[in-house]
Amino acid sequence: MSYLEYTVKYVPTGPRKVLYLNWPLALLLAAVAGVGFLMLYSVAGGSFSPWAEPQMKRFAAGFVLMVMIAMVPIWFWRNMASLAYLGSLALLLAVEFFGSVGMGAQRWIDLGFMRLQPSELMKVTLVLMLAAYYDWLPPHRKSRPFWVLLPVLLILIPTALVLRQPDLGTSILLMAAGGGLMFLAGVHWAYFAAVFAAGAGLITAVLQSRGTEWQLLKDYQFRRIDTFLDPSSDPLGAGYHITQSKIALGSGGWTGRGFMQGTQSRLNFLPEKHTDFIFTTLAEEFGFIGAFSLLALYALIILFCVVSALANKDRFSSLLTLGIALNFFLFFAVNMSMVMGLAPVVGVPLPLVSYGGSAMLVLMLAFGLAQSAHVHRPR
Amino acid sequence: MKGPRVDTEANHRLFTRRAALLGGVQLAFVAGLGARMQFLQVDQADQFRLLAEENRINVRLIPPARGEVFDRNGVPLARNVPSYRIVIVPEDAGDVEEVVARLSQVVPLDPDDVERAMAEVKRSAPFLPITLADEVSWEDLSRVSVNAPALPGVTPEVGLSRVYPLGSDYAHVLGYVGPVSDFDLERIEDQDPLLRIPRFQIGKVGVEAKAETALRGKGGAKRVEVNATGRVMRELDRREGTPGSDLQLTIDAKLQSYVQARLNNESASAIVMDVQSGDLLAIASAPTFDPNLFVRGISSRDYNALTENKFRPLASKSVQGAYPPGSTFKMITAMAALEDGLIGPDETVYCPGHLEVAERKFHCWKRAGHGWVDLQNSLKQSCDVYYYDLALKVGIEKISAMANRFGLGVRHDVPMSAVASGLTPTKEWKARVHGQDWVIGDTVNASIGQGYLLASPLQLAVMTARLASGRAVEPRLVKSIDGIEQPARGGDSMGMNENNLRKMRRAMYEVVNDRRGTAYGSRIIEDAMRMAGKTGTSQVRNITAAERARGVTKNEDLPWERRDHALFVNFAPYDDPKYAVAVVVEHGGGGSTAAAPIARDVTLQAMYGDEPPLEAYPTKDRDRIREQQRVLRGMQPLANISGKDQA
Repeated sequence: MSYLEYTVKYVPTGPRKVLYLNWPLALLLAAVAGVGFLMLYSVAGGSFSPWAEPQMKRFAAGFVLMVMIAMVPIWFWRNMASLAYLGSLALLLAVEFFGSVGMGAQRWIDLGFMRLQPSELMKVTLVLMLAAYYDWLPPHRKSRPFWVLLPVLLILIPTALVLRQPDLGTSILLMAAGGGLMFLAGVHWAYFAAVFAAGAGLITAVLQSRGTEWQLLKDYQFRRIDTFLDPSSDPLGAGYHITQSKIALGSGGWTGRGFMQGTQSRLNFLPEKHTDFIFTTLAEEFGFIGAFSLLALYALIILFCVVSALANKDRFSSLLTLGIALNFFLFFAVNMSMVMGLAPVVGVPLPLVSYGGSAMLVLMLAFGLAQSAHVHRPR
Repeated sequence: MKGPRVDTEANHRLFTRRAALLGGVQLAFVAGLGARMQFLQVDQADQFRLLAEENRINVRLIPPARGEVFDRNGVPLARNVPSYRIVIVPEDAGDVEEVVARLSQVVPLDPDDVERAMAEVKRSAPFLPITLADEVSWEDLSRVSVNAPALPGVTPEVGLSRVYPLGSDYAHVLGYVGPVSDFDLERIEDQDPLLRIPRFQIGKVGVEAKAETALRGKGGAKRVEVNATGRVMRELDRREGTPGSDLQLTIDAKLQSYVQARLNNESASAIVMDVQSGDLLAIASAPTFDPNLFVRGISSRDYNALTENKFRPLASKSVQGAYPPGSTFKMITAMAALEDGLIGPDETVYCPGHLEVAERKFHCWKRAGHGWVDLQNSLKQSCDVYYYDLALKVGIEKISAMANRFGLGVRHDVPMSAVASGLTPTKEWKARVHGQDWVIGDTVNASIGQGYLLASPLQLAVMTARLASGRAVEPRLVKSIDGIEQPARGGDSMGMNENNLRKMRRAMYEVVNDRRGTAYGSRIIEDAMRMAGKTGTSQVRNITAAERARGVTKNEDLPWERRDHALFVNFAPYDDPKYAVAVVVEHGGGGSTAAAPIARDVTLQAMYGDEPPLEAYPTKDRDRIREQQRVLRGMQPLANISGKDQA
């Protein structure tokens, strides 16, 4: 089919659009968020405050936001892509100059009603921007050096800003998501091979830079890498988090210690138990069965996104949907790897489960875009 | 651009391929995460479960109650009483300084304690209680309870603290307890984890230290659940320990208090021993001190006062002190000669007032001499020349051997600190220690308990008991442990010629009861209770020929440190010996004037079990004794209380 054969009549209009939402996906999101409420209730010692209740309100708000975004035609969002990207970039710069310092890093701007982390927003707008870019770019140019350099810059500029905050975890996620989108768009595989080779070289350089004047990472980042490689080297210091997290996970066994019976979280042995390490509480209290179920829910979300994307004949929509799915995947994959001792502790929350306002809203915003793509797909 | 735009077929195929590839990678990663989960949660679950338990469960020791100590009649000598502390939990108090200021208006607080506590508040976790005041009285504690609403975070705590109800009377026997010090930890080869408890109390000296193992007991343990910061969340279970064993001593509290009072503040010591069983009924050393001061931690001012006192109140002179036994040793010299058959009890020796040996003159205390004396007369009048003569015949080796058989120069196994072994010299000993040859003059000196000879009051009491009974009685201090009677050791016949022993006892009887005896002034006139004894006056300086020519300086004219030691040993009743007594008054002058009256009073007190009637004393002494008894009554904590009423 060509563009001219396509007419708006295939697309549902008016309130009926709600019926065309990807409801299985929406229900999966609600199920994961429900797991989050349960765990936040548990880590608060059986109380809705201080975490479960605000989280539920945020999810409700996020869900409404998702539906509202889904109601707006996808081509509107496509047209907004550059604007959204530039806006996010501006916010990142604003953080650079006016941002509040939390946990030793400049990460958020206080908007009064909520604290916004522009880096979170950038994860979505970057995907949006790249999808629009490849939608606009004639396919035969996509592997030409200039047209490859352009998206690379689009990725590296926000990445550099986030890295300066410093937030290593988010900057890696940005690069991975951006790179993934370029891969999906069909950029020649040789570029990726080159990047992997360069990446390996860079890692070597970073490790070599340690202790020299041109040190590329902060000391605490190096220490995290050290303790990731050998948690027992510092069991009471930085390795404490990983060790305690693994103990919590492991002590869960098959069926877990029971709801609100996890000693590791209840007795505060777990760090950040309501945010980055919430998965360990789940694993401790509900065991392998509970932890694996959550993993399965996540995998199903990805699966539904992939199915939706493949069924969508609109290039922008399918790229966007898969980009969002990739983002989501990176989120939980990095977090779970981290708490299971497979990756260094980089400070990435568990999507929809960890307590946190901006991450939740931005995710729902992203899924709103995916829903819009689903609703407004060519039929 | 408006509306959706459909991808070209070729492009979409490429997209699908790439999407499938990326999806595959994601799926593989998810599978990897699942495998990792399975590895941690299923394969290694047991190991991690164990680690989680180790995290949360803490084992805390429960210190056992220390065994108590009683006298032979059940009078408590060392007890555990509840002691109250005021502690503050900073996190409950909020403004700690404000609360402490309010508390100080309710109860008196030591500024030093407060300063130390405030420093601790800054250092330790906010939920840990910090002691503000120790040993708080019940009244103060009540005031804190009444004012509790105004004192958030302030709570009373109860513990056990060691108390010695009869205080200074038992300072030397029992010793005292104190918190374990680093020094103690280095010294004792004891792996008991109880010792690692901060401020755990262990015996430092005396019976408290020597019977530490029995008194301490076994610690219990409780398992508590703690959170990551160490706060105790709840107790899971507990296993009670075994309290320490209660000790019953052979000491008679009433007699002990009397003896201690009778010695008063002289630098003196006395022992009362059961002649038959060897039970030590009183072990007194004066001056003494209050052991309760040490339990709480003695102030340096008080401690310096004790260490700088020239009468050495901290020393347990009755077992640690080693003195030249002086004339009290004459029984040993005589027994050595008699048992060797070198001389009969009735054979006489001529005393011209001195004896010349190896061109050196050895004087008798009586310059004019005693004339012809036999055993009885020589002992009665304490003639020196008789014993010079005997010693020259029998030799030092046999004298020393005899002394050892009577318990001199032997370290007796009594659970007190630094029990002295004394000294009975031999030729080999002098060559080894001094690198000199034994000379005949050494033997002459030893014959009257001078020279190298050293004995403790405990050893003199053992010697007297053995003379009185003819059996090798051993001193015993611990009567029973947890109600189980401890066996008396020794007590076998010494295998001496009974006739010699009888003659010796008779001679000792004459010392006290014959008008010419050196201790006649301290006799007992109640017939059933007559005592037999021997005075001793041991020199602590050499009397030069020049001084002797001038006339020997009287004791009263000498500085205290250079006066003679006064000694007296006795047993009573003469007919059926029950008690052996040894008294040493350091630098007290003559044995007959300084030591014998004390020994007599102590002996009477022991025999009557209470204040003796005046009829037991010679008529002319009764007014003086009545006054003395009145004074002593006021000094004894147990004078008007008997038995277990104290408890």
